[in-house]
Amino acid sequence: MHMADALISPVVGGAMWAATAGVAAYSIKKVQSDIDQKKVPLMGVMGAFIFAAQMINFSIPGTGSSGHLGGGLILAILLGPYAGFLTMASILTIQALFFADGGLLALGANIFNLGFFTCFLAYPLIYKKIIGREFSAKRIMIASMVSAIVGLQLGAFGVVLETVLSGKTELPFKAFVLLMQPIHLAIGIVEGLVTAAVVSFVWRARPEILKKVSLNQPFGNLSIKKVMIGLAVMAVFTGAVLSWFASSHPDGLEWSMFKASGREELESSDRAHEKLVALQEKTAFLPDYGFKASRNEAQTEEQSEKWPAVSGGSTVSGLVGGSMTLLLTAFMGFVINMKNKTGKKT
Amino acid sequence: MSNIVNAIYNIRQFDELARQDSFIHRLHPLAKLLATLVYTVVLVSYDKYAIIALLPFLFFPVFVAAAGRIPAGPVLKRLLYVEPMIICVGLLNPLFDRGITIILGHAVSSGWLIFISIVIKGSLAVTSALLLIATTGMDGIALSLRELKVPKIFVLQLMLTYRYISVLLEEAARTLQAYSLRAFDTKGIKRVVWGPLLGQILLRTLDRAQRIYEAMCLRGFMGEYHIGQEPRPKPGDIMYVMGWGTFFAASRAVNLPLWLGNLLTGALK
Repeated sequence: MHMADALISPVVGGAMWAATAGVAAYSIKKVQSDIDQKKVPLMGVMGAFIFAAQMINFSIPGTGSSGHLGGGLILAILLGPYAGFLTMASILTIQALFFADGGLLALGANIFNLGFFTCFLAYPLIYKKIIGREFSAKRIMIASMVSAIVGLQLGAFGVVLETVLSGKTELPFKAFVLLMQPIHLAIGIVEGLVTAAVVSFVWRARPEILKKVSLNQPFGNLSIKKVMIGLAVMAVFTGAVLSWFASSHPDGLEWSMFKASGREELESSDRAHEKLVALQEKTAFLPDYGFKASRNEAQTEEQSEKWPAVSGGSTVSGLVGGSMTLLLTAFMGFVINMKNKTGKKT
Repeated sequence: MSNIVNAIYNIRQFDELARQDSFIHRLHPLAKLLATLVYTVVLVSYDKYAIIALLPFLFFPVFVAAAGRIPAGPVLKRLLYVEPMIICVGLLNPLFDRGITIILGHAVSSGWLIFISIVIKGSLAVTSALLLIATTGMDGIALSLRELKVPKIFVLQLMLTYRYISVLLEEAARTLQAYSLRAFDTKGIKRVVWGPLLGQILLRTLDRAQRIYEAMCLRGFMGEYHIGQEPRPKPGDIMYVMGWGTFFAASRAVNLPLWLGNLLTGALK
């Protein structure tokens, strides 16, 4: 469920970084003002706990497979949403750096997908509402289950939206949704079962831990701020999406138009056209430079380049240029690689 | 189980690599972080069919790995772990994009071009992030986060999480070993013990957090974490970031491999 750098565009990645930074800044403020510094070491150790717990595989009843805990919900339950979100952020940062789960640009999106939906939507709006003021085994079970599933579904939907908006892959929105949501329903059930099992164990063994957390996070003053954060995030997100449409990067737009209209040729995209012209201007000196091609051929090649950025066109010169480029580039990469390696040994 | 042992080993291995001494290691952490960030952003800003234009981006990881004396093995191994995810998503493209492009006289589905582009971008981005941590280390990352004015409380939290991951992984490994010694021939942890098993680790964790907090207080912890002397950015650090920035910008503006290829075919004729 981690987003990868390869699937995200800088605008979407940047927007998700901004949204995550906003939520994190707000959470930091809340953690600093609400809670004593005792919570910081606790957050650190809890982060490490979830990290370790993610490595444990649980057998999934009725199937031969096994799954592991995600942990966003447990963090929210045991630390409260703000500290929970920050802890999730540091876990994912470490995973991105050490285990290459996700990537640096996608990190904002990953923190948002895994932390925001569980800590700020599923936990306060579902988990706390179902638990109410009294803990019971049944309530813990239902609350964990429902909020884990909803949290993961939202997170998975976030992945779909971010990927489709990035336009780095050709997956149609509908097919991607149909792939992602059912898979994450299954994962959500495992997450819910594990969360319920852990929380009810803690409730039975050390009930005061759960009570303390729920006292630390008063119920009443959450809601308005929550709405405010939600709005702020939506604003950032919408702004980012708009800027994406306004950006000079036509591929995603082109793609969605193609999908929507069923035609490759765009009628409306003046910008896209300008961009292509600019692109051709940039590369236009190349045919003259490299190929002694007739004017006609050069023109055909230019036209063939309109179909995005694949260097090989249908003309002979395009083919020669394309293949030579491939060979030369591979050779260049190889030589530099070898040179570096031998340089390292000495 | 082997999962956990691998994770511990991996963290320690990267810690060790980060402690080496080389030109790259001596650079200011912030310079390395910025160069890697610029690299990633420029890399993923290419459109989805870009393949040839991406090739100059191989220089950066190769240079960092060579100059930083980072062995290829550990980095490539980590890369292999995440490759399936990239490949899975990339593989769906040939199904959905059935456009045809002619390359070398062969009709190639443009979906496959997207697939190759995604794999290249993903692998390069992942490699550069791994090289960042292998040459900088967690302390360096924390330092550069502070320079970027990330609030202390988050940096502290990040450092503490990092510090206790290996401790708790060992704890989890011991618990799992105890479980597997008592449960023969089972795949994963059985449903009935999910709660008690994780719960036990959790309770131990909480107790440990309590002890850690008390120990920190006794040593004068007042909500701040001091990382000792902070290195100042040198002209070389600025040059490093500017140099790579220029190279990435140049590669983005001009399709360098294509330009070179054209130059050569022109020269041949």
